[in-house]
Amino acid sequence: MAFKLNVNGRSATVDVPADTPLLWVVRDILNLKATKYGCGIGQCGACTVHLNGRAVRSCQTPVSAVGNQPVTTLEGLSAEGTHPVQLAWQEIDVPQCGYCQVGQMMSAAALLAKNNKPSDKDIDSAMNGNLCRCGTYLRIRQAVHKAAEITNNASARAVQTASVNK
Amino acid sequence: MKNMRIDRRSFLKVSALGGGGAMLALYVKPMAAQFGPQVPPLATNYIKIAADGTVTIMAKNPEVGQGIKTMLPMLIAEELDADWKKVKVEQTDFDDTKYAGQIAGGSTATPTNWTPMRQVGAAGRAMLITAAAQTWSVPEGEITTDSGKVLHKASNRSMDYGQLASKLDSIKPPALNTLKLKDASEYKIIGHTQQGRDTHDIATGKPIFAIDMMRPGMLYACFQKCGVFGGKVVSANLDEIKQMPGVKDAFVIERPVPAGDVLPGDPGLENGIAIVADTWWQAQTARKKLQVTWDDGKWGTAEQSSTAFAQKADQLSKQAPMKTIRADGDADGTLKSAAKVVEGAYSYPFIAHAPLEPQGCTAEFKDGKCEIWTNSQIPAAGRGLVAQALGLKPTDVHLNMLHGGGGFGRRLTNDYMVEAAYISKQVGAPVKLLWSREDDMAHDYYRPGAFQFLKAGLDSSGKIVAWRNHFVSYGEMKGDNVQFASAAAMGPTEFPQRFVPNYALHTSVMPLGIRTGSLRAPSSNAFAFVIQSFIDELAHAAGKDPVQFRMDLLNSAQALPAPSPEAGRGGRGGFGFPGLSPERMKGVLQLVAEKSDWGKRRLPKGTGMGVAFHYSHLGYFAEVAEVKVESGTKVKVSKVWVAADIGSQIINPGFAENLTHGAVIDGMSELMDQEITVDKGRVVQTNFHQHKLVRLTQAPPEIEVHWLKSNNNPTGLGEPALPPILPAIANAIFSATGKRVRSLPLSKSGFSWA
Repeated sequence: MAFKLNVNGRSATVDVPADTPLLWVVRDILNLKATKYGCGIGQCGACTVHLNGRAVRSCQTPVSAVGNQPVTTLEGLSAEGTHPVQLAWQEIDVPQCGYCQVGQMMSAAALLAKNNKPSDKDIDSAMNGNLCRCGTYLRIRQAVHKAAEITNNASARAVQTASVNK
Repeated sequence: MKNMRIDRRSFLKVSALGGGGAMLALYVKPMAAQFGPQVPPLATNYIKIAADGTVTIMAKNPEVGQGIKTMLPMLIAEELDADWKKVKVEQTDFDDTKYAGQIAGGSTATPTNWTPMRQVGAAGRAMLITAAAQTWSVPEGEITTDSGKVLHKASNRSMDYGQLASKLDSIKPPALNTLKLKDASEYKIIGHTQQGRDTHDIATGKPIFAIDMMRPGMLYACFQKCGVFGGKVVSANLDEIKQMPGVKDAFVIERPVPAGDVLPGDPGLENGIAIVADTWWQAQTARKKLQVTWDDGKWGTAEQSSTAFAQKADQLSKQAPMKTIRADGDADGTLKSAAKVVEGAYSYPFIAHAPLEPQGCTAEFKDGKCEIWTNSQIPAAGRGLVAQALGLKPTDVHLNMLHGGGGFGRRLTNDYMVEAAYISKQVGAPVKLLWSREDDMAHDYYRPGAFQFLKAGLDSSGKIVAWRNHFVSYGEMKGDNVQFASAAAMGPTEFPQRFVPNYALHTSVMPLGIRTGSLRAPSSNAFAFVIQSFIDELAHAAGKDPVQFRMDLLNSAQALPAPSPEAGRGGRGGFGFPGLSPERMKGVLQLVAEKSDWGKRRLPKGTGMGVAFHYSHLGYFAEVAEVKVESGTKVKVSKVWVAADIGSQIINPGFAENLTHGAVIDGMSELMDQEITVDKGRVVQTNFHQHKLVRLTQAPPEIEVHWLKSNNNPTGLGEPALPPILPAIANAIFSATGKRVRSLPLSKSGFSWA
């Protein structure tokens, strides 16, 4: 069955069975490998992508349920690693094995998009669905705060620039 | 004293099968001989200098999240005196003609590579100095280096390393043992935090993992095995499966099932059904329609069930042990006359490794050769198994080493590598095999469970005078010798042997039809819980402070006997290294007590602190946990203090701290929730909802790590940081609630994370 998708701002048509999880569509059909398979039952969060800006488990999202909602994978945040969560993850040097970290970053990015000053409690509820088998949670929490700081500094700079240009 | 004899032949057999875990757990050959250079390292195999000044350093070991791809090149770069910012790191392939010890296991990479990798760097630097001396026609002794430059101070001249690149080919690398290495005070890279070399690729989602591998014309495979080990296919609806969308082939693989009462470490290829399709989802969808009649074979019996194991262990504990592993003095006699006797029946379950990247591998069989892209922790063994299964020479199997999404010991077995290679040969195309998480849970090499029936005697001053353990594990008696299941043994020098005058270690074994193997800090991850919990019971029985009681115990060390093959496990040091040094352990115990203000803080009701130490993989770790227990069962670990002595240098301090945090959190998962149960030879748990990992909100908000730098060569960290956290938390729970839990996981006793 053919589905027309909007992934990372590009339109793509895929011909797959309707029950194919979005995870396998982005990985194996669209060759976007950042999104990972970890459990297949929505327990680990390694497959987290954004659907219309919300963090969802792509292993639990059949391609037929996507419709015209925009899909963003990590590749869509920034290919060069310049999105605030990517910058923060690098600066804090969060990863050990790194396999879960794309999912972690996608959950963090969705949180920051609606809340640019998250408290520890906000981080708890946004990030608790993402498992890290290596146990990098202390750095993950630190990196989310760092990403918020980067986001806010950038918007502060943007405001400054805007007022200078007036 | 009676000692257990380790049959050399059984070692050779097991290691030939590639059971890295079994090999690590059993053999006593000195470590350097086992993992150290088989081929002497040649600087030119590790260092490439380009005319533009780029220094490329080869990383030879498998990277599975332990940071080795950054750490080994740091050692080389330090002595090469390279500018780390300009160093490129490249992962090597598996190549035993160039590189030795390409293994991620036993926390061995640091101790075995510390000297050779620095020598490699120093050899590269010496070659650059020779080239500069020739260029400038000055004596080599007048040339110095500084972060990627050669300098001739007398004439105020300097050159970048890159300017000498073309001259290096004609210079012979010097003999490694002639090189003078830097004094630690001169280090610019070692001991300074360096960002992980794969961090950028991870942050940008680059396809670096084995699961990401693509080849032109590649097909995808899944492999269905019988839930019972060795079970084989009687019939299956393969004709129907082959008609499913995208399916290219489906076939049965049948292999002989090994004899014996326990299973070998790594069988390579096993019975099952391969389904090959255009996409993995199609293969997986077809698999759901499989209808198979299995012949379960000999292991699908009621005796092969967790409840039956527990009953049998209880019976065995009441009988004379099958074998005495060690008897120093007279434990039974002393127990009769002791002022106080304490007994504790401890147990812990099988658990799964479940690295987050599921098992998988890509293989391409073509023209009588096989190329493989793998995240194996022990590629040498995998290559042997592939060669055997495909009827090839090992040299016709080429392994590319990709970044592993976690290892924890699971990738010391190469079952899935052999499956991928075999399926590729069958279908004549490159094949990516991927196990589902359910495959992984059902077909792991589980951390072996066991039962330990302990009895100890205190004298009137509260000193331990006798220690008796009846260790009920899995294995079979072969005449007078016991052959344990893989990673299911206890050695004759297990703590507190040498610290208690009358010490007896007995064992009895049961047949086991599931596979076992090494999980991060094998044996230690369970033994520390038992031993350090029981020592805590004894401290309380003696009315002593748990830290002071441990200090007293460490002060009662008898001198180490001269090394003998049988003493080789060295109190869990393993690999023929000397046993536990009481001085080093007292050092970390003292440090962790100071840092945690042990005994100095008034704790509110429901809050408690617990302490434990453990020596393994040459590392000395003492850990304190502070817990708050709500409603008697809801546990919050509020803070953990770790004190460690792993030698004179912490090579990459930032990563070392991260890895230690991870070890603590990993140990917490093992403590609270993880359990694999067996029902008639089949594993019951299927996925993470039944085999739980600690989540973000359950992790301690703070973990302090303190390094006690001692005058010893640096040793490994990935494993020895883990074992003490389980008993430290269990002892803290006792302190907070008065409840002593002797059986893992704690969730079975009604506990959960707050």
